[in-house]
Amino acid sequence: MSGHESTYVPKSGIEKWLDTRLPIVRFGADYMSLPTPKNLNYWYTFGAILSICLVTQIATGIFLAMHYQPNTEMAFASVERIMRDVNGGWLIRYVHMNGASMFFVAVYIHMLRGLYYGSYKAPREMIWILGCIIFFLMIATAFLGYVLPWGQMSYWGAEVITNLVGAIPLIGEPVLIWLRGGPAIDNATLNRFYSLHYLLPFVIFGVVVLHLWALHTSGQNNPVGILIPKEREKKDMVPFHPYYTVKDGFALIIFLMMFAVFVFFMPNALGHPDNYIPANPLVTPAHIVPEWYMLPFYAILRAIPDKFGGVVAMFAAIGILFVLPWLDTSKVRSMRYRPTMKIFYMIFVVNGLILGWCGAQLPDAQVVPGMPSFALVDGQLNSYLWLTRLSTLYYFAFFAVILPFVGLKETPLKIPLSISEPVLKGPDAMSGAVPVQAEKKG
Amino acid sequence: MTSLIKGSALRKMAVVVAAFATVGLATPALAAGEAKHPRPAGFTFEGPFGAFDQAQLQRGYKVYREVCSACHSMDLMHFRTLGERGGPFYDAEAANPAANRYVKALAAEAQIADIDTETGEPVMRPGIAADRFPSPWANRTAGAAANGGAYPPDLSVMAKAREDGPNYIYSLLSGYAEPPAGLRVGVGQYYNPYMAGDMTPFWDGDPKKVPYGGFIAMPPVLMEDQVTFDDGTKASVDQMAKDVAAFIAWSSDPKATERKQSGVGVLAFLAIFAGLTYASYRRIWKGVAH
Repeated sequence: MSGHESTYVPKSGIEKWLDTRLPIVRFGADYMSLPTPKNLNYWYTFGAILSICLVTQIATGIFLAMHYQPNTEMAFASVERIMRDVNGGWLIRYVHMNGASMFFVAVYIHMLRGLYYGSYKAPREMIWILGCIIFFLMIATAFLGYVLPWGQMSYWGAEVITNLVGAIPLIGEPVLIWLRGGPAIDNATLNRFYSLHYLLPFVIFGVVVLHLWALHTSGQNNPVGILIPKEREKKDMVPFHPYYTVKDGFALIIFLMMFAVFVFFMPNALGHPDNYIPANPLVTPAHIVPEWYMLPFYAILRAIPDKFGGVVAMFAAIGILFVLPWLDTSKVRSMRYRPTMKIFYMIFVVNGLILGWCGAQLPDAQVVPGMPSFALVDGQLNSYLWLTRLSTLYYFAFFAVILPFVGLKETPLKIPLSISEPVLKGPDAMSGAVPVQAEKKG
Repeated sequence: MTSLIKGSALRKMAVVVAAFATVGLATPALAAGEAKHPRPAGFTFEGPFGAFDQAQLQRGYKVYREVCSACHSMDLMHFRTLGERGGPFYDAEAANPAANRYVKALAAEAQIADIDTETGEPVMRPGIAADRFPSPWANRTAGAAANGGAYPPDLSVMAKAREDGPNYIYSLLSGYAEPPAGLRVGVGQYYNPYMAGDMTPFWDGDPKKVPYGGFIAMPPVLMEDQVTFDDGTKASVDQMAKDVAAFIAWSSDPKATERKQSGVGVLAFLAIFAGLTYASYRRIWKGVAH
């Protein structure tokens, strides 16, 4: 899995004995000594941050599961009991709850970084696809988890999302009943959601192992986006440890500080107050909105006038990510050297934020209050309905039209011969590629 | 989103009343009229370093006990919680809240439904620190039936269940106003500008000037000097509303002060850790052009 030649030399007798039977120490040592391009910037630290997010969610989740009651009569009160009567329970629960948001902050940055630097292109397609699977599993896990406190948004969120399945022609209705464990969302639904919410994080963990395996096989991409030939490895690469453990570590601590500000000073800022009202199937909340990280996809769902069409569009929005490596026709990986594409990329990022904003608004509300407007098909032009539709159009056009077309037409900038060139003004101007601690230690 | 609203006029009314009681949002998924923005009460517990004012929490508990608890339950509250660190009746000499004399006295004032451990017969007994606050209603249906179909919502986490909760509770309780001329107020309903809702269907005046707010099934309950505060504070409506809002803010998140204090320590630790890690980063990368 290490993907590079092993440099591990067993020292003690036990290590030698173990190395011929189960080379687990070698595995760990090789994992940590992976040659890594030395020009990775802070956008590349989110992979490490994400692994800590996953471990944090699993660890806090295991403790929450010791106290949580998956029963419609008791779930709400049991979550509150955790925060009131369990030692440190408020911390565990708020970390888990805000941890989901932090996980998505990190994963969106991680994905946008991959998109910008072309980290999905050959030979790294499998890393990207596995990442897309992780993202999809994360959405599913977050949705299932949001239902567990059994507040108003939990219940009605589950109602809206499971109803999507009912929109599938012919098989929709029976599948819906099968999914919910009955004709309505009830105790059976809560129990299976709890079971799956506990299962999926371990599936994610497994796919993360594959994601890293693929990464260690094809090697890290880098901001310049060129493959580093074998003979330049010594000059352009540094071992992962200590160079990137310390850099990732620093970024992680800054990230944890932001995390801590939410957990300790504004733990409910990212949630919806309605979820502190116990679920009531007889009272529909005024606005049913998902958590912020699902809003762009919720917006796409609502952009399509047909219910089933909306479901297809929403899943397609995630599905199209899977084929991204084959939609991009450019031979250049990094958008650093693709000035035209860079502009479309920036618009894509802003467009994603607009989609998220639209997802939280009422479709009929005016975007610019008071601006004159006219009716277009089934709504006013100056409404979130049409803004959402235009944004959805750009989202899909970016992948399906812009990426293939611009890749063929654009003239990229001159690409450096090596990753050292942009720094040192010459491919072979080398100074400190020899690990510094080797000199210091002696 | 739902077909709940369809059906007979009676059912429609019941749904609206139920919405007032449980969610406080009257009309599902319509372009609702706006509620007035809550007035800031200037609570001591706001901000990252804010903490609850113990005297205020004690006054607030008294308002809840003597006024609110006639109709509103607080199912998630136990008497012992009142004596926890940061709580209204915390006593530094009684580290165990169950041994707190104030808590024991307050609990003993309440009558708790229980069974005789010998015979199994239902009995009423004085409360102990471990008991929950007793509910004023035998069950939900009884509570709804006694209040025109609107069950008075449980107040345990009310401050977290509303946008800007503490200020909202304060504004709502002290903000009842005469309904503007042209607003049709139904029987058993009261107009409150801070209540969520849409007044458009009940408004006969200028359609461009639909009043803020909504209808609430709760009458204005706080009256001048309704409660006698033990610390001599004048029991104005504004004061009582503020104090009970503070009490509910505390009961919604009894660990809030502990949380914020831990947060300061955690951030200080992380800041130092970040500094050390950055120094290590600079040292390790020294001499590596990148």
